[in-house]
Amino acid sequence: MARFSEANLATALEIVSRYPRPKSATIPLLHLAQEQDGYVTDDAMEHIAELTGTTPVQVLGTCSFYEMFKREPVGRYLVNICTNISCQIMGGEELLHHAEHVLGIKAGSTTPDGLFTIEDVECIAACTEAPCLQVNYRYFHKISNEEFDEVVADLRAGRRTDEIPPHGTLARVRQHIPADRAAGPADPAGVPEPVWLSAHADAAEGEEA
Amino acid sequence: MAVTDAPKIITSRFDLDDGHTLARYEATGGYQGLKAALARPPASVVEEVKSASLLGRGGAGFPAGVKWGFCPPGVFPRYLVVNGDESEPGTYKDRLLMERDPHQLIEGVLIACYAVGCSQAFLYVRGEMALAQERIAQALNDAYAAGHIGKNIHGSDFSVDVVLHWGAGAYIVGEETALIESLEGNRGMPRLKPPFFPAAKGLYLQPTIVNNVETLSNLPWILTNGAAAFAALGAENSKGTRIFAVSGHVKRPGVYEVEFGVTTFRDLLYAPVYGGGIRHDHELKAFIPGGASAPWLYPEHLDVPLEAGTVGKLGTMLGSGAVVVFDETTDMVKACLRLVRFFARESCGKCTPCREGTTWLEKILERIVDGHGRPEDVNLLLDVCDNISVGMNWPPKQTTICPLGQSATSPIASAVMRFQDEFEAYVGGPAEITVDVKGPAFVGPVRQEVAADA
Ligand SMILES: Cc1cc2nc3c(=O)[nH]c(=O)nc-3n(C[C@H](O)[C@H](O)[C@H](O)COP(=O)(O)O)c2cc1C
Ligand code: SF4
Ligand code: FES
Repeated sequence: MARFSEANLATALEIVSRYPRPKSATIPLLHLAQEQDGYVTDDAMEHIAELTGTTPVQVLGTCSFYEMFKREPVGRYLVNICTNISCQIMGGEELLHHAEHVLGIKAGSTTPDGLFTIEDVECIAACTEAPCLQVNYRYFHKISNEEFDEVVADLRAGRRTDEIPPHGTLARVRQHIPADRAAGPADPAGVPEPVWLSAHADAAEGEEA
Repeated sequence: MAVTDAPKIITSRFDLDDGHTLARYEATGGYQGLKAALARPPASVVEEVKSASLLGRGGAGFPAGVKWGFCPPGVFPRYLVVNGDESEPGTYKDRLLMERDPHQLIEGVLIACYAVGCSQAFLYVRGEMALAQERIAQALNDAYAAGHIGKNIHGSDFSVDVVLHWGAGAYIVGEETALIESLEGNRGMPRLKPPFFPAAKGLYLQPTIVNNVETLSNLPWILTNGAAAFAALGAENSKGTRIFAVSGHVKRPGVYEVEFGVTTFRDLLYAPVYGGGIRHDHELKAFIPGGASAPWLYPEHLDVPLEAGTVGKLGTMLGSGAVVVFDETTDMVKACLRLVRFFARESCGKCTPCREGTTWLEKILERIVDGHGRPEDVNLLLDVCDNISVGMNWPPKQTTICPLGQSATSPIASAVMRFQDEFEAYVGGPAEITVDVKGPAFVGPVRQEVAADA
């Protein structure tokens, strides 16, 4: 584990191939590593450095800037409760306190059984649906304490796994550009004026220009 | 009240269960705007968008067509980067546009690439938006298969790849130069402008257009119905329609597409089809007109139209279309602390006034809320603000690489100037204000009294 599996390596190479410069694939590959292992391991960062033509410390430098990347294991379910302004004034902080009480942990920590981690997060773009939260980045809008308890009970009992994949998995659909339809990445050092611009410019010269 | 019957330009498929599918999109006029664009020269598409006077919907409100014209001639390749990083507190529209109508956005992206001459587009979606990423990935795959994207689109000589990219949690990455850094695989720290204006030196230091999701989502309609029909809606410089997310203490919090320029804040907060009034029929205390970075407005501003220039003259902005409503029960000191904590957490740390200033503002406010504040702290807050945003003018003077630092001072100056008594109640004594706060929105009744006495 930890380095990319064979299947994930193929996915990683496909992702890298879409960018004019491989380093641009760093964040998507860090997500792929987190999907594979639940968090970003040192070995994965070394592998990503090899694939993007950078060094492990450059990958770490990027990784450590972004809040979604965890460099140590977190709960299977990451519960992100918004306490930013629209949620704060609609009970977001009370919801956070309830969650801390029910799960017996403070925001930023994980239950001993490794099932839940709570985070006190910034606005998650559901402000009109306050108070709101995400479990592994799946939304729960206008959630009451009772509904929160139900979700926790369901997850403990192994329900809702279709709706909420384990931590690390974001989109379950991946982009795939078919080879016969691809226009190809645009190399910053070697792409001339696009034909559709020059063709029209030639045509327009007689008219107005 | 002016609740107009303007057509839904960008939210027309929001109520459909399958509005995100290619079949439904094509059955409801989809990809017709692209067809219309491809039938005419790219330069005339730029002219069309210019004459629609479509203002950017990401926050700064810069006209899209004019921005497109800033690419230096003869320098290629050009790139398009779509800003789908929506994270300004209070803002909720781009996520819906991506989840419910991804093809509309993709069509807008293609129209922009054709007009500007971009050889590749990157659709940067906020990391936390798993469903939006899923819907866009599916939409891209379907659109490739149908010949709407890729090589020789619709059989023309126009070819471009649209690549889905996604972030990993950082508000600052929404700033366009930080977005570009992030897309290059780096820490999302802004670049200094000048020289790094994206249109001149953006992604890989090539000319790059960065546009917001909502901005681009307007293009299919404009190309299908014409700039004149778009510009017939709205007023002055604010044309078409615009999405506003009305959150907080209203009876009907929601995301509403309204006619830009003519609808007023009163309509938005009180009309039965929009906010429906203040909850429990309470009094309105204040509202944020355009996201956490915007100075606040008050009941006396309710009849101001949602028009960018008019709101700008009041010393604030429509920003990202995020209206947060506070009723009479709101603790403004606590609200202020929560907003400042956001900026302190999200400062990228590159500039001293922002990194240190936001941190100290948070500490001082925490001390006040915890009951350990001193009367001098109220003025100290403004003094720190004055060091981040010199003179607290509107628009603010640039003292940092990006505007995040100055944004952090908006909620403080708003709350302190208007609700000084609430701060005084926390610190247990009258506060003497010596800092001169110049922004017009920062003049509350307390300040007016002081001015009258002097
Ligand atoms: C701190 C900061 C955060 C920003 N966040 C966003 C954002 O999340 N989405 C967005 O579209 N624009 C955001 N912007 C504005 C962008 O820098 C840029 O102006 C915008 O994407 C341009 O698109 P438009 O012209 O279509 O509005 C932000 C700006 C700053 C300073
Ligand atoms: S103002 Fe703040 S967020 Fe912006 S570049 Fe400077 S330190 Fe970073
Ligand atoms: S403030 Fe909580 S989702 Fe926006």
